[in-house]
Amino acid sequence: MTELVYQYPLIAALTALLALGLIFGALLGFASVRFRTEGNPLADQINELLPQTQCGQCGYPGCRPYAQAIADGDAINKCPPGGQETIDSLADLLDVEAEPLDAEHGAEKEPRVAFIREDECIGCTKCIQACPVDAILGAAKHMHTVIADECTGCDLCIEPCPVDCIDMVARRSGISHWHWPMPTASGGALDIIASDQEAA
Amino acid sequence: MKFIHNIHGGIHPPEEKALSRPGTVLDAGLPNTLILPLSQHIGAPAEPVVAVGDTVLGGQLVAQATGNVSAGVHAPTSGTITDILMHAVPHPSGLDNHCIVITPDGQDRWQTLVGISDFREIEPSALVDSIHAAGIAGLGGAGFPTATKVLARAGIAIDTLLINGTECEPYITADDTLMQTNARAVVEGAEILAYIVGAQTILYGVEDNKPAALNAMQQAVTALGNGEHREVLTFPTKYPSGGEKQLIEILTGKQVPSGGLPADVGIVCQNPGTAVAVRDAIIDGKPLTDRIVTLTGRALSQPGNYRVRLGTPVSHLLEQANFNPGKKQRLIHGGPMMGFALASTSVPIIKTTNCILAPTAEELPEPPPAQACIRCGLCAEACPASLLPQQLYWYARAKDQEQLEKHHIFDCIECGACSWVCPSHIPLVQYYRAAKANIHETRQERQRSDRSKARFEARQARVEREAAEREAKRAARKAAAQQKAATADGEDPVQAAIARAKAKKAQATLNGESD
Repeated sequence: MTELVYQYPLIAALTALLALGLIFGALLGFASVRFRTEGNPLADQINELLPQTQCGQCGYPGCRPYAQAIADGDAINKCPPGGQETIDSLADLLDVEAEPLDAEHGAEKEPRVAFIREDECIGCTKCIQACPVDAILGAAKHMHTVIADECTGCDLCIEPCPVDCIDMVARRSGISHWHWPMPTASGGALDIIASDQEAA
Repeated sequence: MKFIHNIHGGIHPPEEKALSRPGTVLDAGLPNTLILPLSQHIGAPAEPVVAVGDTVLGGQLVAQATGNVSAGVHAPTSGTITDILMHAVPHPSGLDNHCIVITPDGQDRWQTLVGISDFREIEPSALVDSIHAAGIAGLGGAGFPTATKVLARAGIAIDTLLINGTECEPYITADDTLMQTNARAVVEGAEILAYIVGAQTILYGVEDNKPAALNAMQQAVTALGNGEHREVLTFPTKYPSGGEKQLIEILTGKQVPSGGLPADVGIVCQNPGTAVAVRDAIIDGKPLTDRIVTLTGRALSQPGNYRVRLGTPVSHLLEQANFNPGKKQRLIHGGPMMGFALASTSVPIIKTTNCILAPTAEELPEPPPAQACIRCGLCAEACPASLLPQQLYWYARAKDQEQLEKHHIFDCIECGACSWVCPSHIPLVQYYRAAKANIHETRQERQRSDRSKARFEARQARVEREAAEREAKRAARKAAAQQKAATADGEDPVQAAIARAKAKKAQATLNGESD
């Protein structure tokens, strides 16, 4: 055996390499079957960062399909409800350049919730069917109402309403939602030097 | 005499306490209207129990507490409810909030107050209920409902009650005045609180710039003679020794763990004003309807400490104190370090108002524009919570929430010492306040989006299930129809129909040919 190896070093080396290749190939093949991950973990991670408004403004029917599309290489700047913050964290996750929001899909707005003017509601249930998160309560020919805590502000109920009785109102308004604003770089004062400020 | 500990950092701003002449309480009189905000405390706003047009007596409940972390509101005098509306309130935002407006009738008639002569015969839980009913919230400034604070928590034994008479913020002398003029009530209130929380020891902490208050407190404690576990301690003046966690370290050497409460080290801390309010609620049966407010600043020619009915508009008080507004006059609710500017003089005095400061422009000039951080490190030396303000500043600007939390931003007590020492005049505290709020908001949004995701997925599953069920029903109906037809005449109805059509067609052709 050792003599053969000494006699034909080239063949011996090739055989050894081939054997190693076969062993590792088999191991990898086994691992790919045994440890297969269900679904796409990257799409899940992306989905975690999306705001879950389910509004479809990105052109996909919900946040999860858009997450899948991003994982497959779509642009990260198509989500107006998430705004720049979501784009930044997506850019962080995917290690790509953060771009400004694509205006084609809408502008970033303050978070809002739907509000049904209840005396105008005719009870057609169309908004109930449109709501992606089941946040509208009601029955046929009975008044409907929005569960404000569950509404994502996706606007999808506005369009189907035959009597236009749904308004979008600011979600974070009033004194209980107020908080100190971040100072501007100049500390809230004007961007002029101190001596000018005194003169002004 | 106990050993006094020192805390890290701290600053020595000009005290300006003599300006408001501590030691005398003046009467602020009865204003034309009283505006009672429903949110004078931390927690859920109170809910009105009166309607417009009702007449109320002094001490009558006008808005009841909702839930455990809440406090009711009582009428400070007799009169008529003239409005329930959105009105300007003391808040850094300058926004309006729900208020009840009372027009006093000038007779100051009170409902019969029923007190308890010996509180030691009553169960502590019943006393907590009385405190809750009296609408007491911490009078030191934070306004946490006192009943919630003293409520016994499972597994935590309290051994010490701390009465925080530090009042370390410049200008303010409301607690100083209270301790000088009513030390006995402070001690009586403290005894009740100690009985409720089960504390053996009561420590009174008074900074050494208040010798008269210290003397009065020592006399009152000796006079009431409740053994050796009562001590009045004094310690060097330094801002912010009056922070709850700071005072605990100064007086006991114990440190409250990060993110923890004083109860974690067996201590409950109360303001002397709160102690007096508790005493009045238990012994006299009187709800919290007034407090001592320091009116000070060089724009007032009659500064002083006034006994003010809650709901009194600031404009009424300024009249009493002879206000001479200057150009670009600022009014500050609270002290110069932690207070905030008032947007209007129509805002009322609330339970947490310890001071209204009206400084002249020379006295407290607007801060100059912020300049770049030069990394001098003075802020880290001044921070009483041993944080790294400079790092926090950079992370707050970068909105790096993970690093902010790693650097313990939630241990910041927002005392303003770092901003005060900053040679570049960077409004550091405002960065931390905004960053804290942003972190809270992000957490809430995360919870919300998790819930939306779950609801979306549940709906998605339901829609699919319903579609599958419909499909299954249709298939079942089809199968049933086929089955029925097959069993009825032994042949396939479709085939039979085709056969019938063919026969008919054949017949027609036949007829056509025969014609």
